[in-house]
Amino acid sequence: MSPMVRRALTLGLFGGIAGIHVSLVGIVNTFQTRDLIADIVTIGSVIPMLIAIMVGWLAGRAPRHAAELAAPTALGAGAVAGAVTGTILALLAILVDSVSLTWILVNARPQLATILQFEQGPVVGSVLLIAGGAALGAAGAVLHILPGAIARSIAMAGIITIIVALMEPFIGAVLRNVELRAIEGFLYDSGGLTLPGFILVFALIGAGVYGWATRGDRARARVEAMPPDRRRAAKIAVYLATIGILLILPQIVGQRLSEVIGTVGIYVLLGLGLNIVVGFAGLLDLGYVAFFAVGAYTTAILTSPASPVFTPELPFWGALPFVILAAALIGLAVGAPVLRLRGDYLAIVTLGFGEIAREIFKSAWAQPVTGGAQGILSIPEPIPFSRDPQSIYYPILFFCILAAIAATTLASSRVGRAWNAMREDESVAEATGVNTIKYKLLAFGLGAAFGCLGGAFFGAKIGVVFPDSFNILVSINALALIILGGMGNIAGVVLGAFVLVGLPELLREFAEYRLLIYGVVLVVMMLLRPEGLLPSRSRRAELHEVKDEDDDDMYADEVGEETGRPVVTA
Amino acid sequence: MTEATTREAGSVQVADAILQADKVTMRFGGLVANRDVDFTIPRGAIVSLIGPNGAGKTTFFNQLTGMLEPTSGEITFEGKSLVGRTPHEIVEVGIGRTFQNIRLFGAMTVLANVMVGRHVRMKSSWWGSLLRLPAVRAEEAETKRKAQELLELVGLPRRYEEDWAKNLPYGDQRRLELARALASEPKLLLLDEPTAGMNPGETAQMTELIKHLRDELDLTVLLIEHDMKVVMGISERITVLDHGELLAEGRPEEIRANPAVIEAYLGKQAASE
Repeated sequence: MSPMVRRALTLGLFGGIAGIHVSLVGIVNTFQTRDLIADIVTIGSVIPMLIAIMVGWLAGRAPRHAAELAAPTALGAGAVAGAVTGTILALLAILVDSVSLTWILVNARPQLATILQFEQGPVVGSVLLIAGGAALGAAGAVLHILPGAIARSIAMAGIITIIVALMEPFIGAVLRNVELRAIEGFLYDSGGLTLPGFILVFALIGAGVYGWATRGDRARARVEAMPPDRRRAAKIAVYLATIGILLILPQIVGQRLSEVIGTVGIYVLLGLGLNIVVGFAGLLDLGYVAFFAVGAYTTAILTSPASPVFTPELPFWGALPFVILAAALIGLAVGAPVLRLRGDYLAIVTLGFGEIAREIFKSAWAQPVTGGAQGILSIPEPIPFSRDPQSIYYPILFFCILAAIAATTLASSRVGRAWNAMREDESVAEATGVNTIKYKLLAFGLGAAFGCLGGAFFGAKIGVVFPDSFNILVSINALALIILGGMGNIAGVVLGAFVLVGLPELLREFAEYRLLIYGVVLVVMMLLRPEGLLPSRSRRAELHEVKDEDDDDMYADEVGEETGRPVVTA
Repeated sequence: MTEATTREAGSVQVADAILQADKVTMRFGGLVANRDVDFTIPRGAIVSLIGPNGAGKTTFFNQLTGMLEPTSGEITFEGKSLVGRTPHEIVEVGIGRTFQNIRLFGAMTVLANVMVGRHVRMKSSWWGSLLRLPAVRAEEAETKRKAQELLELVGLPRRYEEDWAKNLPYGDQRRLELARALASEPKLLLLDEPTAGMNPGETAQMTELIKHLRDELDLTVLLIEHDMKVVMGISERITVLDHGELLAEGRPEEIRANPAVIEAYLGKQAASE
């Protein structure tokens, strides 16, 4: 068997396993209720198709260090892989249909078989699955044959169109809010895109991506060629426009989406803070939730009439300076003991700190202050803003902008350079004159300040704090969003927060499978684009080896440094 | 020749010593890396530290730069004791160094590498940087200008400024490391095998550069080196370490003729050269 065939079969097999997995955990069934294209295709049945396309794409890819495959070979490999995946799913459908497995696999219902067989019965359905798998696999492989820009445009358009279809309830609500019912009616019908809507969205996004891929460089070059003062003016115009949109955003998107954006904003604060610690200074902190919790609890204790110890109660804004103070203290408290630890050891110890923080807030010992497992209720609103999502949005936005400016300014200063040097090589940074102890503590202190601010608004937004809100998932979320977005880059943090925190809130159907999808997204990202969606320049440099044409000029091993003998040249 | 006579041959009264090491000993458990090393560097001189691998040269370097603290003994730099100071404090008093296996901040730009080197001569506080006070901006611009001057001084073209340090050719990485060390305005520069891995042409250029820098910047230079051509050509004084102990000290021609040094390190070829 030729290696190509074996590879295609293996990939098809993996595709089949993935298909069985998503079927049996219930994703296919759940999304059966949602249309991608109204009355034509449901999202549930699109998922196996996407898997077939994916394995076809992988099978048609050139093996590592080999030339691109010839078109027929690539297509054949894709078709074989897709057909194998289709066959496995066909077998699954027949199995589910004929044997009752629901006592152990709750989703192995006959309904699943019906969906997989496109409601065509076992015989026609199976043939359709296998033939369709082959066709879709070949379609996946076609992406390699097409020129890069076109293939990328099609792939991006496909992904984004599916997301647009999934977000129907929200995009629809926004369109109704701004009185664009006509557009809404054109795009959406009964929970999915209409066929013309689907084609339009797909075409628009495809054209946009293609345009950027082919002409983006020229556009960028034009901007760079502008005289400095005009470039500055353009930049300011972009900033002002962005701020203008941000200011009216709650009114455009309505109540429910404002709520989601508020949560995203709090995670942006957390991400910006953690980015200082991990992205700038290179200190892997897995217990960042401790700062978040301290911020929320400090606010609650100082402001809530329900908190047992502290009276008289401060207003929210009166408590904020103390929150920052608490942040500095907790930053030092976490930072000081771990000053001598590096890398993985640091990660484990901070992980412990995060867990300790929650347990302390929860404990009977701290109950007189923190309310134990019951938490603290009735945190006041940040007057003049209220708890209403469309109102508390503004202070959160304000502090996000402030934090983003602070982080950007620091990054390009003496402090930012010292942090970067420390991240690159701690002992050399020290030997170059950087007081690494001071800068580690500074990173922890500032990171804690951002985290505590996030916590304060979290408390004010929902009006209560419970210890169990501060579990390890908050740390993981914050870390994942900066990795996904692009470590070290502020725009990346914002984008990461939208993708990892915002999207799951919007796509309620995902809720049940949130962590599963999370995991898949992170694995795929780390394999395909380890530097994140919007990486900082230095991060990209770190993760992508630049081909060095001067390799031949490296003499490092030629001379006698290994032997320790003197080199005597005549 | 016994140790005593060797010592005597090398013990020259130095009128103006910039650095003085007195009976410096370094033990790692049962292993003795340096034993009772006495060492003097005259101000303005280029001094080489030679000896076989494992002779304790790099250990001695690390004690001078604060990366290791001597088990016993004293090191003074311009009358100030260095023992117990952290590496960044030692940079502050005026000692800069490069590394044997180049250790640049690879994913930072060439210019940023040198600007980190100037960190210790800058005064901006973190909150000043946060507020971008006028004084901070002025200092930043000044630092950038100084860094550019240093890049020019070590012979790195302007076009490299925004490149990643790790993408520079090997020889230029050595130059960059030198510029980074010089950015802290050291009075004493420690170079750990500055020509390791270079071809003869590059080696000659580097040797010239070191001499030029010493004259231009009023430096004192201590280097560890294996290339005898470099050592003999550049050094005003040479110190030989063997098995962690001082074997000999003296002018190049004295060292070249010293039977103990020939026996332990140089071999016959170098002596007859």
